[in-house]
Amino acid sequence: MIRFENVTKRYDDITAIDGVSVDIADGDFVFLVGPSGAGKSTFIKLISKELSPDSGRIFVGGQDITRLSRRRIPELRRQMGMVFQDFRLLPGKTVYQNVAFAMEVVHSTRRTIKRTVPQVLSIMGIADKADQLPQTLSQGEQQRVAIARAVVNNPKLLIADEPTGNLDPDTAWEIMKLLSQINRRGTTVVMVTHAKDIVDRMGRRVIAIDGGHIVRDSQEGEYGYDV
Amino acid sequence: MFRGLIHSIKEAFFQIFRNKVMSFVSILSISAMLMILGVFFFLTVNVNNMTENIKGEFDTIEVFLEDYTTKADAQEIARTLSTLGEVESIEYVDRDQAMEEFRERWGDKAYLLDTLSDNPLPNSLRIKLSGLEGGSLVAEVAKTTIGVEDVRYYQNEVNKVLSISEAIQKVTFVMILFLIVVSIVVVSSTIKLAVMSREAEINIMKYVGATNWFVRGPMLIEGMLIGAISAGIALGAISYAYMRVSEFFGDEALKLFSSNLVEADFMITNLAWIFMALGISIGAVGSIISMRRFLKV
Repeated sequence: MIRFENVTKRYDDITAIDGVSVDIADGDFVFLVGPSGAGKSTFIKLISKELSPDSGRIFVGGQDITRLSRRRIPELRRQMGMVFQDFRLLPGKTVYQNVAFAMEVVHSTRRTIKRTVPQVLSIMGIADKADQLPQTLSQGEQQRVAIARAVVNNPKLLIADEPTGNLDPDTAWEIMKLLSQINRRGTTVVMVTHAKDIVDRMGRRVIAIDGGHIVRDSQEGEYGYDV
Repeated sequence: MFRGLIHSIKEAFFQIFRNKVMSFVSILSISAMLMILGVFFFLTVNVNNMTENIKGEFDTIEVFLEDYTTKADAQEIARTLSTLGEVESIEYVDRDQAMEEFRERWGDKAYLLDTLSDNPLPNSLRIKLSGLEGGSLVAEVAKTTIGVEDVRYYQNEVNKVLSISEAIQKVTFVMILFLIVVSIVVVSSTIKLAVMSREAEINIMKYVGATNWFVRGPMLIEGMLIGAISAGIALGAISYAYMRVSEFFGDEALKLFSSNLVEADFMITNLAWIFMALGISIGAVGSIISMRRFLKV
């Protein structure tokens, strides 16, 4: 699904990613861990083409995105869903509209939208909140809306940037169950996190980044060290 | 593509209503600019028109002939004068024709002339000049020719009017340019505020895979709609004002400058096109300028 070949990314005088090569297979569930400023954010921004590498090549879904023209970035982004720590929901739109919005962007028909959105909301366990505004929901519920939006177009890849960062442990675990469920349906999940207990409990592949290098890559790994 | 356009239009209307204050401020500022522009436009066109009239009227020298001159005498005088430079043509106007023209100029007040028992007007030669510079020489020569009773030529007055109107036109031109620049700046910063308040939304759109046009389309149409609405408001206000002005001031202008104000219908039709084009492009340019930096995610 994702393949980095000797990728380097510098900001002025800092090297955020330094000659990284890695393979993430279709259907994988990967935790990306490491201290702040280690290069985790850069790593996922390279995948979503928010940033371009200075050298090396990056493949997403078999496609070389290193020299993808700006015009084709939207196509790339439609293959992936993104979830963030701060949810990034539109405050003026209802839960339903927030999710439907992602489908409007890809020009789905009104009928498809009407059929699909309620399904996804009920998978996420928030079918009854459809007409509420996001800010009236709890944090956990807001993150469910964000996940619903990320997966409503059936992406092959889900990128989650500290999705449990603002949540209490129980709620966080509920979110993790949802992500696992999505992963079981065949979506590759890449999750950046600081939550040691979650990583340890899930027992999935862990890629640890520090100083722009991959310092550890273990299947069924643990968080490894305390931060 | 088609669905994209429909989406843009729908979304644009939605946004205009959602950002009522912002839309209102934009419409207010664009229509204010357009109104000021309109005033200057009316001013220039009228000054222009007046100048043309004056030029047309005063690039002629009227040579009034003594009553005893015959048509043959007149032709002789005309031949002499036509050898001078800058004389384009000389036309013989007999007293009856002069009276007829006089009546025409007085229009619906021509009945006043009916009280005259006799036509008091003399025969005359009407000399058309090709330029205004040599006019005074022709006038001098004509004055000393036998058979000429009087010469009418207002060179100084003409020059004065011409230089004033030239100055007015220059000032208006500069003002109009200045106003266009100012209105683009005002509009783009107003729209920038609107866009900034939606930065988060635009960001999210980009993350979900929206194309630039999906984001830009609605805002572009929003800008154009706001421009069109402003143009409509400005046009309404300024047309009304112009009609009132020409109603009250038209006769005065006729007396003072011997030139009518330019027809309101003509002015308003032209201004409608100018306003629409200008309003819509100010809105479009404004929104594109202010959006650019938000689309780089």
